[in-house]
Amino acid sequence: MTTGNSSLQRVLTTLSHREPDRVPLFLLLTTHGAKELGLGIREYFSRPEYVAEGQLRLQRKFGHDCLYAFWYAAAELEAWGGSAIFYEDGPPNAGAPIFTSRSQIMAARRPQVTASPILQNILASIALMKQGVGDAAPIIGVVMSPFSLPVMQLGFENYFTLMADDKPALLHLLEANIAFCIEWANAQLAAGATAICYFDPVSSPTIVAAEWYRAWGLPASRQAQAAIKGPIAAHLASGRVLPLIDDLVNSGMSVVGVGALEDLREVKAACRDRISILGNLNGIAMTHWTPAEAENAVKKAIAQAAPGGGFILSDGHGEIPWQVSDEVLHAIVAATRRWGTYPLQAELTDGA
Amino acid sequence: MEVFLQALLSLDRETARRQMRLALSDTNPATAIETLLIPTMERIGALWEQGDVALSQVYMSGRICEGILDELLPVAETDEADNPQTIIAVFEDSHALGKRLVVSALRVARIPVQDYGLGVTLEELVKKVRQDRPQVLLISVLMLRSALRVAELVRQLEAMSERPYIIVGGAPFLLDAQLWRQVGADAMAANSAEVLRLLKSLGISAAKAERSVPL
Repeated sequence: MTTGNSSLQRVLTTLSHREPDRVPLFLLLTTHGAKELGLGIREYFSRPEYVAEGQLRLQRKFGHDCLYAFWYAAAELEAWGGSAIFYEDGPPNAGAPIFTSRSQIMAARRPQVTASPILQNILASIALMKQGVGDAAPIIGVVMSPFSLPVMQLGFENYFTLMADDKPALLHLLEANIAFCIEWANAQLAAGATAICYFDPVSSPTIVAAEWYRAWGLPASRQAQAAIKGPIAAHLASGRVLPLIDDLVNSGMSVVGVGALEDLREVKAACRDRISILGNLNGIAMTHWTPAEAENAVKKAIAQAAPGGGFILSDGHGEIPWQVSDEVLHAIVAATRRWGTYPLQAELTDGA
Repeated sequence: MEVFLQALLSLDRETARRQMRLALSDTNPATAIETLLIPTMERIGALWEQGDVALSQVYMSGRICEGILDELLPVAETDEADNPQTIIAVFEDSHALGKRLVVSALRVARIPVQDYGLGVTLEELVKKVRQDRPQVLLISVLMLRSALRVAELVRQLEAMSERPYIIVGGAPFLLDAQLWRQVGADAMAANSAEVLRLLKSLGISAAKAERSVPL
């Protein structure tokens, strides 16, 4: 056991499947930064200085183990010429699909990261976070997978129909998306991100059949993984992950995000010493948890997945809802310190 | 049914069509729908619930079934009532897929439904419901903020002398089993098959059947 680790040391130790001083905790907070600064959500995401300051304040306030450079998923759609819809009490949503005909898909050309104001703002926020935190805590950058981005580009229904009926158009779009994903991920790493969270909900067997995943999701992931110059966490944003563990290990992913409905004990058995787990507190239930319920959930997750390291505690979706109170977040932090200190208490490891 | 099910899951439209033609050669369209299409769609919903099929398969199966209905059955057999007792809306949210899956299942089951569309605001929905006075209101959401707004919707609809029976569905309700009760809905449907089951329990069935909803 090591003691007094920095957040980065703590995370690196667990990723090497050893036990650090305690279980690392990633509070994947996005819109909460606006609350910290007393800003509306739209205004908060208007300037990189706000987001960087929000993340730095949240990390100081809760003492968790990362800064989260994720602004909102629709930022990538904005880079492709689409829009985001802002709300007062939740994350921005993707606006209307940008491709509504086959000819538009066939004409798709990836945007240049350097030419996109929103992506440049995100990069600037990462650089500011890096200035603020140095090497003390990891900064997590985010990309949408090339296989999942079309949900925003086309809408779910048209995307399913494209996969079923028009492979040439699908492959053209995926090719453009793969090149964009690689450039965008590497730009974040160059700006100061420590690792990339690769959001890929469409690859989950919850969303598409294995046949489609193997035909398109997996090859896209392999291509991206090979060209992204840093560690990658695959996150299926609440989709089931267990059947994909071998593929994720084989494609070189370091971490896998696990949703709240998945059996964490079963996932741990499949991942042990091969790939680290990020998860899987229920972010929706968090909105009405009492501190005692938060503690029980933390304790249960730690008992199931923390023995031997290879585990970062977080929510199961990759974003904690705006409605989750500071009281619950503090309770999660306190419970992680109480129950997540290694060596784990016998009460947690008996029967593990 | 097994051959039809496998044809749908593997997107084999030809075999699915052939199976439906076979069923139609033995019986009338209403019985074929009751004994082949609806049970198969229900089974696919249950398989999704168990994690055995993907959402893409649920969606494509619904589309194939709708195509078969359009193609093989005369329009008169799939008629829709002028005043549907069931209304569906994507509430304060623009994610269409959940509603599409339900509408598809209702079409296959020949249950008339009025579709209020996407991004229906609280004010719009309350106004329309007061005007149309449906017996059942189906609410689809993806975002948590939209799910939580259902509480205010229910509160405002309580002012009606007979408010509709409210069935909610969507990811937040799947992730948190308590949430539908918390927002004051009458029921939660985890998939389109459950919507059909709930409507049936409320006495709502195919277009020409007599319906009554206990409120």
